[in-house]
Amino acid sequence: VSEIPTERQGTAAPAVSRSDLFLAFSKMGLLGFGGVLPWARRVVVEERGWLSDRRFTEDLGLCQVLPGPNIVNFAVVFGSRCQGIGGAVLAVAGLLLVPLAVLLVLAVVYEQWRGVPAVQHAIGGLTAAAAGLTLGTALKTGWRARPAVTLALLGAAAFAAVGLLRWPLIPVLVVLVPAAVLTERWGRR
Amino acid sequence: MTGDPLRMLLGLLTTFAPLSLVAVGGANAVIPEIQHQVVAVHHWLPDRTFAELFAIAQAAPGPNVMVVSLIGWRIAGWPGLAVATVAICGPSCTLAYLVARFDARLRRWSWMASIRRGLAPIAVGLMLATGVIVARSADHNLAMVAVTAGVALTVLLTRVNPLWLLAAGALAGLAFAVL
Repeated sequence: VSEIPTERQGTAAPAVSRSDLFLAFSKMGLLGFGGVLPWARRVVVEERGWLSDRRFTEDLGLCQVLPGPNIVNFAVVFGSRCQGIGGAVLAVAGLLLVPLAVLLVLAVVYEQWRGVPAVQHAIGGLTAAAAGLTLGTALKTGWRARPAVTLALLGAAAFAAVGLLRWPLIPVLVVLVPAAVLTERWGRR
Repeated sequence: MTGDPLRMLLGLLTTFAPLSLVAVGGANAVIPEIQHQVVAVHHWLPDRTFAELFAIAQAAPGPNVMVVSLIGWRIAGWPGLAVATVAICGPSCTLAYLVARFDARLRRWSWMASIRRGLAPIAVGLMLATGVIVARSADHNLAMVAVTAGVALTVLLTRVNPLWLLAAGALAGLAFAVL
């Protein structure tokens, strides 16, 4: 019962204007190379003081359960709490528009120069590095989480089914996600 | 590009939109399926181009999901970019919006933590799958395999900024070609 007042206080919408929402999420998107989440905490919690650290972590937990990029979900959840649907749209637009412009400039340069052999070799190396970056990040995340053996096996099964056997994703998830959640639920008892 | 543009845009929409709702932990979870659809099923892009676009998106700021926008752009221009972005973000954002309204009740739902902890290793497995698929199209020779392995190990063991690793990879690609 004692939790209710703090919870109410926590769910109260922070006073954030539409332009502030857009600008703050643009900043996160633009600064976030290889992961926007650390910047989200920095901007929303430390710089602007819109959320307490605890509340941010709670919001993030919710966004991690939802499908889709966690940071985009956070933009929707936080934006809509501040300014309704319009706030959600502005936060997501801020997050995506500026980085998208940067990305398209890179892509146009790539289209212009991809015929040049030296550029092809550089892009080849970049692609090999991007694969390594993804593999390394996945292994690091998995290692840090230290899941129980059964859960780790389910993760390995997802990898093998989708990455090696190339089975279609949706049926694989329909089997593995409930299995993982139930394992987690009952394994803890 | 083949076929009429409207049909292609519809194809992008119907291919990406369902994946929006199964992107466990983010866009990297659906890259293997998107690659399969875009390269093998619809022949919209060659395997190599797909991997290169993935790499370019990694080198740009912003959420990983933008790789899907880039793929849409490469396949069908500006309309493709718009359709791909809305398709991959729209359904999950709508769900997030609806869930945000039940926020307080969901937070206290005892299954939330189980779902979060259960999903985590699946998301890691799918991210590994993405890495392997991109590596397969990038690593044509031993030198490139070494780049992939070297970057993966560096990420595992150090906290180097990923941008430096990508730059080092590009330089290595250039150097191996010259040597």
